[in-house]
Amino acid sequence: MKRNGIFFWVGAAVFLIAIALMTKLITNEYPFFAGYVILQFIVLAVAWSILGGHAGYVNFGTSAFFGMGVYTAVFLFKVAGAPLLVQIAAAAAVGALMGFALGLLTLRMQGIFFSIATIALTIVIETSITNWRYVGGAAGIQLQRPPVTWPFSGYVQMLFFVQAVLVVLAVVVSRYIQNSWIGRGLQALRDDELAAECTGVPTLRLKVLACVVSGALMCAAGAPAAMYLQYADPSSAFNLNYSVSTLAMSLIGGTAHWAGPIVGAILLGTTQQLLTVTISSEVNVLVLGVMLVLFVVAAPEGLIGLLRRIRRHRREGKQ
Amino acid sequence: MFSFELLLDAVVLGVLLGCFYAAVSLGLSVAFGLLDVPHVAHPAFLVLASYAVYVLNEFYGIDPLLAGLLITPFLFVFGLAAYRLYYETFEKRGSDAGVRGIAFFFGIAFIIEVLIILQFGVDQRSVTATYIGKAWRIGDMRIPYRLVVAFAVATLLTTLLALYLSKTFMGRAIRAVAQDQEALRLMGANPIRIKQWAFGIATAVLGIAGALLIIVAPVDPTLDRAYIGRTFCVVVMAGLGSMTGTLVAAIILGVAESIVLTLFGASWAPAISFAMLLGVLAVRPQGLFGRRS
Repeated sequence: MKRNGIFFWVGAAVFLIAIALMTKLITNEYPFFAGYVILQFIVLAVAWSILGGHAGYVNFGTSAFFGMGVYTAVFLFKVAGAPLLVQIAAAAAVGALMGFALGLLTLRMQGIFFSIATIALTIVIETSITNWRYVGGAAGIQLQRPPVTWPFSGYVQMLFFVQAVLVVLAVVVSRYIQNSWIGRGLQALRDDELAAECTGVPTLRLKVLACVVSGALMCAAGAPAAMYLQYADPSSAFNLNYSVSTLAMSLIGGTAHWAGPIVGAILLGTTQQLLTVTISSEVNVLVLGVMLVLFVVAAPEGLIGLLRRIRRHRREGKQ
Repeated sequence: MFSFELLLDAVVLGVLLGCFYAAVSLGLSVAFGLLDVPHVAHPAFLVLASYAVYVLNEFYGIDPLLAGLLITPFLFVFGLAAYRLYYETFEKRGSDAGVRGIAFFFGIAFIIEVLIILQFGVDQRSVTATYIGKAWRIGDMRIPYRLVVAFAVATLLTTLLALYLSKTFMGRAIRAVAQDQEALRLMGANPIRIKQWAFGIATAVLGIAGALLIIVAPVDPTLDRAYIGRTFCVVVMAGLGSMTGTLVAAIILGVAESIVLTLFGASWAPAISFAMLLGVLAVRPQGLFGRRS
């Protein structure tokens, strides 16, 4: 376990240094544009799995959190021209609050009803934002990026680096939760909520905690998107595609281990980028749907689960 | 601004609209309400049926309602196959079938949406019939014929399905399977066959419902997203599986939408059904006519 820990922290440091070097060495902006989206989906998938994987509450409201992140940033930027880091921090706070509310909802709803309620929440919030003229309403709002600060050479490079930091943050949190009593408690309540409650697991507190952490990370991941696109409108910020992509990435990677959502997000995110550029965004959504259905039917434990099964077979073969 | 006549107008239109909502929710009421299948793809199936009606109407000149009847047998077979697939991959394996099932149906809904876009594009499509485009005037009130037709057909459809479920042998078997699957198995019946049949019926009803959808308003490929809210709101508010409840809940939703539309404008309309759904789930999860206590 200890050696594992050292490997993990060295890996995280190497990742950040590599990202920082990339922003210095590569002059073409396109890799940052494409890479940013993939990093953003890693954060979303990892954050989603904290609630969806450990606790087994399937949240279809990723787009609600993402969109609120975008609009928190838009609002603060319009009101006070707040810098990027303030936007992200505020978005995380908003996300935590939303997560708290969602956590309380789990008191009354489980399983399918919880999932449907999260879809409903998304549409209700989207409609409210659509009717809020100050942040642009249905037509959307244009944003002018402020000049970039040292040591970055361009704004996209800076966003890319910031999103990479968020990735590391999300993974650290998710890994900590998995290895601590929190993760074990969440798994217990996923298997049988009543039994967990009876054996003294504080189920409500754990669920609320998972919702708050997951929500804060999702909102934080959405905040830089306003500056990334220099434009925000409700129907794309709250698009259900974010929910389904995030769900698909987590399930394809496998939620049994913190690395699963990362693998899923990189695989599916890269595929989506390639498909959108080379064919069309419609085919991209089609592939997303087909992959989701295939994995749910054929490999419900995701790639991580497949890997484990192959290993087990090999071990049994040797004996 | 606000007047009594305007409100009366809104209520009358709302009741008509509500009966139409009942018709499009019937299938889900059976699939989700009675069979516990998390059928999020139900609205996508509905839109798909509408496009089938559109093709029959546009290229062969068949009346939309007749077209809806024509595709009904195909939908029935499609429903049988869909349930078989769902059963083999999820229910049979047991654990957390519901949660993975909802992800599965979401994927299916996305696939249907994109296939329609690839085939027909993102433009709105509508049908032509003699009763579309004209209106019926009572005093100052103007009631479009298309809504009257939808109201009549929807009421007939709901009544027929309610009678089927309460009077026929198979209908009673379907309600029995919803109450206690094990008891049915002990009596020597095959609950899976009955559930498959019921899912077939739930899908077959979409033929007429899809025709009504495209009669009431033009249809576009992503329309199913709005109907996720409407159909689930109706079914959950009704109390899972109650047909009378479905009609009452749908009328409540229709009137609420119509009033909000009149008072606050169309931009708030999408949120009504979802907000009501949230409210029902939070306050009275068993619905108005709940079968579970």
